[in-house]
Amino acid sequence: MSQRSFIRVLVAKPGLDGHDRGAKIVARALRDAGMEVIYTGLRQTPEQIVEAALQEDVDVVALSCLSGAHNYLFPKVVELLRQQGGADILVLGGGVIPEEDIPALKQSGVKEIFTPGTTTQAIVEFIRAHAIQK
Amino acid sequence: MLYKNELIQSFLSGDMRALARTVSMVEAGDLQSLQLLAAFAREGKRARLIGITGPPGAGKSTLAAKLAESLLDRGERVALLLIDPSSPFTGGAILGDRIRMHAIAGRSGLYIRSLGSRGSLGGLSRAVPPIVQLLENFGFDAIILETVGTGQAETDVIETVDSVVVVTVPGLGDDVQAMKAGIIEIADVFVVNKADREGAERTARQMEEALKLGPSDVPVLTTIATTGVGVPALISSLDAHYQTMLADGELAKRRERRLRKALHAYAASLVSVRLAEWVEEQLTGHWADIESGRVDIYSCGRRLAEEFQKGR
Ligand SMILES: Nc1nc2c(ncn2[C@@H]2O[C@H](COP(=O)(O)OP(=O)(O)OP(=O)(O)O)[C@@H](O)[C@H]2O)c(=O)[nH]1
Ligand SMILES: [Mg+2]
Repeated sequence: MSQRSFIRVLVAKPGLDGHDRGAKIVARALRDAGMEVIYTGLRQTPEQIVEAALQEDVDVVALSCLSGAHNYLFPKVVELLRQQGGADILVLGGGVIPEEDIPALKQSGVKEIFTPGTTTQAIVEFIRAHAIQK
Repeated sequence: MLYKNELIQSFLSGDMRALARTVSMVEAGDLQSLQLLAAFAREGKRARLIGITGPPGAGKSTLAAKLAESLLDRGERVALLLIDPSSPFTGGAILGDRIRMHAIAGRSGLYIRSLGSRGSLGGLSRAVPPIVQLLENFGFDAIILETVGTGQAETDVIETVDSVVVVTVPGLGDDVQAMKAGIIEIADVFVVNKADREGAERTARQMEEALKLGPSDVPVLTTIATTGVGVPALISSLDAHYQTMLADGELAKRRERRLRKALHAYAASLVSVRLAEWVEEQLTGHWADIESGRVDIYSCGRRLAEEFQKGR
């Protein structure tokens, strides 16, 4: 099977908050690291995110959520991906996520959670190490 | 991960995931995957191919979404191919056209795919024709292609579609020279978008004047893509253009040009891989001559090319 020469990432913002500065900073860092980023904009439902991820055939879905609904939204994305044949897609989460929520999120299948202190370089490196490139 | 036979089966049964996978394989320029195309070929299945081009921010994506919506409403299956620029240095890209697709996302019979302009081996002009063929074989009635409107590869791509919509905005038409040379000439329908802004009518008239110098009468329309004003007229205009092309043979001519281009590119890619391998083989043992300057690369290259051709 053929392999792409680059990693494709969907950067998505589930939930109702209207702030995408963080998501855009991450998107730019990934682009500068040679990745192809599909940015879908604000206020996406898990269903919309999963449909976009599958249609775009991405290797990674990076979710950013500041609304506080991450405990519902992130696992929902993982679950829908698994149901629809996207189990091999790496799911990452970011935003204002309380420390105590992280273990359950990881348990649900979100591979890593990046909180506001994380450098973009750390995110780039994590993706390079863990994405299953198609 | 889907394996080859399974992939073909899923594709033929209309599974979008299989389509998405196959588009990636073809985009990666994998020669073997291009042979998959043969397995998907369906006789007589034809899609209508609409290209939208124009300067950055003109409203191409918003307009593409509105066009797709109208076509979906009348029962057509629609694919959108959205091209955004990649960085020439890192190859990375932020593909943002999907932001404008919220109103139609999730509709059945719709497939949306973003492409980086340099994300594929051999460039956009090589990747797009086989991707279009895939989408056609998958069963879409209409394929809408959005390009950035700058750069030679883009012009190459847009040249091969059935109908070209060139979009501009009020003000930009004041200086017709500002429109990239070659773009105006390929317009089948000209759109002045953002007609809610001042000067749209004036820009439209200037474009009409400029287009009069060309060979055929290209309609100039005004639209407000955000609200959909003018979109029904654009659809009518595209339908009329399609019918005219069907009647006068232009459609067949454009399809032939598209297929020829794709065939040439594919044949060339097969030869170039073999040629490169062969040249490498021949060079072993002779590289020292080149390195020392006894033989120059041009005479050596010419001799190898001649021998390669004789051997065929
Ligand atoms: N006022 C007004 N704004 C519009 C209209 N059409 C699009 N826009 C806005 O113009 C901006 C750019 O629209 P897009 O559809 O992304 O333009 P584009 O040509 O696809 O842009 P690129 O793909 O980046 O080249 C968005 O903020 C749109 O909402 C219009 O008819 N009137
Ligand atoms: Mg666009």
